[in-house]
Amino acid sequence: MFTPVADFIVFTLFNLTPGSHVGDALHFFIYDTLKIFFLLAVIIYLVAIIRSYFPPEKTKRILSHEREYVGNAVAAGLGVVTPFCSCSAVPLFIGFVESGVPLGVTFSFLVSSPMVNEVALIMLWGMFGWKIALIYIGTGLVVAIASGIVIGRLKMEKHVQDYVWEMRVGSTEIVEQGWPERFRYAREYTLGLLKKIWPYVVIGIAVGGFIHGYVPQDFLAKWAGRENPFAVPVAVALGVPLYSNAAGIIPIVQALTAKGMAIGTVLAFMMAVTALSLPEAVILSNVLKKPLLATFFGTVAFAIILVGYLFNAIL
Amino acid sequence: MKIEILGPGCAKCKTLYENVRKAVAESGSAAEVVKVEEIRKIMAYGVLSTPALVIDGEVKFSGKVPSVNELKGML
Repeated sequence: MFTPVADFIVFTLFNLTPGSHVGDALHFFIYDTLKIFFLLAVIIYLVAIIRSYFPPEKTKRILSHEREYVGNAVAAGLGVVTPFCSCSAVPLFIGFVESGVPLGVTFSFLVSSPMVNEVALIMLWGMFGWKIALIYIGTGLVVAIASGIVIGRLKMEKHVQDYVWEMRVGSTEIVEQGWPERFRYAREYTLGLLKKIWPYVVIGIAVGGFIHGYVPQDFLAKWAGRENPFAVPVAVALGVPLYSNAAGIIPIVQALTAKGMAIGTVLAFMMAVTALSLPEAVILSNVLKKPLLATFFGTVAFAIILVGYLFNAIL
Repeated sequence: MKIEILGPGCAKCKTLYENVRKAVAESGSAAEVVKVEEIRKIMAYGVLSTPALVIDGEVKFSGKVPSVNELKGML
């Protein structure tokens, strides 16, 4: 439905020739911008409605009754729909641990929450189709469940900062919202998020459009294709410092894929961008001692690299 | 009346603090507005998502930043 609009603007309004470099790049840019912002608005709104049912206090209550394995799976699922910003990671962690949520289960939650990111999901859906988007969620959940189980099995409770165990946590009542409040929350959340990420998305699509129109075919296949065994770990390492630009990375990545970058490498890169971030490590160092922080990052990075190789091998 | 804004000091927490101060000033209330950044005190209220607003020891909401006008309605 966005092709006719993009056709009209590029070929009729600007009178550019189809197939020319500038025409192709601009068409890609306009088409993707329309499609992505439409998808973003609709899906973020729906996600916000679902989220209004899972305030962190309710999630904590659900998880405090769960044991290992089942608990890890439930936690990974709740991590996707429970709203919390990274600055709440410390109170959330303390609240979970204090109310008896096992450490490994808490980590499944902490991994899936940033990793299965609704913005990244929508961008993938818009650019690669729903199959890749589903693979992204599926593998994201598996990585979160597996890393949580590994961390739980390692019995690293003593590497949680001592003051966490001494903390006394009060309880607060959860006020159930009515529909008008849910709609209002969803509208505000959608507008707020779009306002925050739109420059990244537009810049990302513009760079993507440039690569699309100007970089020669198969240029990237040489060094970021599936034959290069180092592409996946390098992509993961590059993803760590890029957290804030998660929204803008995907249009670039799509153009890179079109020029020969392997899909598993792309998925690993995106997961690293959202799940392994330096600011998050700094925040978590308030509640975790170094060995546990390193285990957490190491386990998640290892799982993401495996996902990358797996999909390069089968797709 | 004592209003406490709970939060470790992220951007949202600062916005809420500013909004509350404006709301208090505009409504001519004599409320005392305090910023609480210490994690021990935040946890004592059982708040998991920040920023949160506490009026006279009672948690009013957490994890959001209402506008100045909405806050005025709550005071």
